[in-house]
Amino acid sequence: MVTVIYDGTFEGFLTAVFEVYEYKFSSVNITTKERFQQNVFNNHHESLFNEEKAARVWKGLTAKISAAALSQLYKAFLSEETGMEDILLKYIQYAFAKKQTIESDYSNAAVLTVIQTAKKVYREKHRMEAFIRFQLTGDGLFYAVCQPDFNVLPLIEKHFKSRYADQRWLIYDSKRKYGIYYDRFKVETVQLSFDEKTNNGKNIQIMLDEKELLYQQLWQQYFKSVNIVARKNTKLHIQHMPKRYWKFLPEKQSDAFR
Amino acid sequence: MSERLMEKLSILADAAKYDVSCSSSGSSRKNENKGLGDAKGVGICHAYTEDGRCVSLLKILLTNHCIFDCAYCVSRKSNDVKRAAFTVQEVVDLTINFYRRNYIEGLFLSSGIFKNADYTMERLVRIAKKLRQEHNFHGYIHLKAIPGASDELLKEAGLFADRLSVNIEMPTEQSLRLLAPDKNRKDMIAPMKYLKGAIEENREDKKIFKKAPLFAPAGQSTQMVIGATPENDRQILWMANQFYDKMKLKRVYYSGYVPVSNDNRLPAIGTPVPMIRENRLYQADWLLRFYGFEVDEIVNEENPLLEMDIDPKLSWALRNLQLFPLDINKADLSLIMRIPGIGVSSAKKIVAARKFSKLTWDHLKKFGIAVNRARNFVTCQSDVFNRRDWLPSQIKDKILQAGKSKYSPNFSPQLKLF
Ligand code: SF4
Repeated sequence: MVTVIYDGTFEGFLTAVFEVYEYKFSSVNITTKERFQQNVFNNHHESLFNEEKAARVWKGLTAKISAAALSQLYKAFLSEETGMEDILLKYIQYAFAKKQTIESDYSNAAVLTVIQTAKKVYREKHRMEAFIRFQLTGDGLFYAVCQPDFNVLPLIEKHFKSRYADQRWLIYDSKRKYGIYYDRFKVETVQLSFDEKTNNGKNIQIMLDEKELLYQQLWQQYFKSVNIVARKNTKLHIQHMPKRYWKFLPEKQSDAFR
Repeated sequence: MSERLMEKLSILADAAKYDVSCSSSGSSRKNENKGLGDAKGVGICHAYTEDGRCVSLLKILLTNHCIFDCAYCVSRKSNDVKRAAFTVQEVVDLTINFYRRNYIEGLFLSSGIFKNADYTMERLVRIAKKLRQEHNFHGYIHLKAIPGASDELLKEAGLFADRLSVNIEMPTEQSLRLLAPDKNRKDMIAPMKYLKGAIEENREDKKIFKKAPLFAPAGQSTQMVIGATPENDRQILWMANQFYDKMKLKRVYYSGYVPVSNDNRLPAIGTPVPMIRENRLYQADWLLRFYGFEVDEIVNEENPLLEMDIDPKLSWALRNLQLFPLDINKADLSLIMRIPGIGVSSAKKIVAARKFSKLTWDHLKKFGIAVNRARNFVTCQSDVFNRRDWLPSQIKDKILQAGKSKYSPNFSPQLKLF
């Protein structure tokens, strides 16, 4: 058994796949540097990101599966689930081994897992597009914090860019400690350093635009008013808006700052 | 000032909430010239109310002052409630500011009728126009078409709104006459017809000139109040089907009547909202639109009511056991979609996957199919199909015992009512 270690990026992973073929590893698993645990019984091979190798794998896949299936692969990768690299490797090996496209072979375990995982990641992407809440700061930046279950910022970038084309915005993933920032021209990945004034970003209230709290309160009021008490159904409510998202939703901060 | 605004919002959102439509999907409006927002394809629910309904749009009335007296409506003239009215600018500001914070997909604006239909409609149109032209806003706008408004105003409305709707309110003309004496059916059908024509014409133009302006790209919809009047499900679904067929509506919404009046023409205050029935109607509606069912297959002369304890598809299957079992590895897609427990997307998966290998129960389970339910209606690879002599009622009991209906814990006391 050989463990191939890579840097955690998607391109790095594709490089690792290339090297599985290059070195003819047969019994193999792929894992990130972070997750790798040294084990005396196992050999390991460190794969270094190589643009050309990654591109060759991607190009090879393009010839074998559709754009939709490629995007499923990428989404499944972003799930960051343990062992996902091995499933993706199996999927890729199966795709390369077969003449016809295998992407709709739901009877193959790897294919089905990739599709189902991609679906979960897609759902999280969709949730983030729904549950991101911007707060306007004094200098005109729309700022949002989130902690998605999966690493979906790369997937939501396009949506926010085309929707909020005329405003500066920043979406920060405080679990993975990076954000995406749009300056009205392009989106960039950014790291943030918070300062003491905001108590490490926990207390951004003081940075907000003077009207910000008014709109949050109006939104809370609206949320309260549209509820129909005679139809109350808490189970359904929580199923659609799981509690872990609540801390970022002003409408669920009932009366906190009134 | 902000307090007055807060009060207006609470009154006018409260009065608008009984309109159940909150869809923001089906439009094709793109962001242009670095403007604000877009409204393409799938809608987004940004929140869910505590009763579990989707909050996608800022849904408000421009005013709840009304010269009409529809018995089922909170805003009726004779009702003693606080009245309020937004200014055009207030609605515009709320929409833009909510939208920029990613609270909403857009605006759903309706109104009580003040002065007359055209006067009211003109205000609604003015708000939409201002959003589009002064704020370069490309988010979703749903305007209520006020019954009796002129064609010119409807036309203008179509140029700025993504969707227009005229609520038919009551499933039959008699009920409307009884409960909404100021309204007449003709005034509701006329704008629908006009919009249907204008939408069709616009879609033709679009084929020839790509640059032709959008006209209500998300089409039109309507709403019927359910349970306020004695119509049965067959009458309701028949009516809905007419709207899909003849008026080319995108959606018909069913709104379980929430008692708001002590009027003795209506169910008393405190009567539970018919939520299960409403849900069954949506399921039936779904079967009409996506599963290739005809109204008569779902409800007919012998069975004019939807069953409350099981969904309409299962109900249909139990009445048509002679068509089953189906072989999952052979049957047509259109038939597989009709199997209880199998939805459109699972049906498609089955048809795609069986090209690679013969499917077994294990596969089906992994596809996320409600196998317990489906088991009674299909055969699989290596399967002994053992249902043959069972009676429909036995299958029904078996299924009901296996999976609790998602409503039973919450709402079982209401079942008595039906
Ligand atoms: S016209 Fe509309 S707002 Fe006025 S009472 Fe009738 S339903 Fe209510």
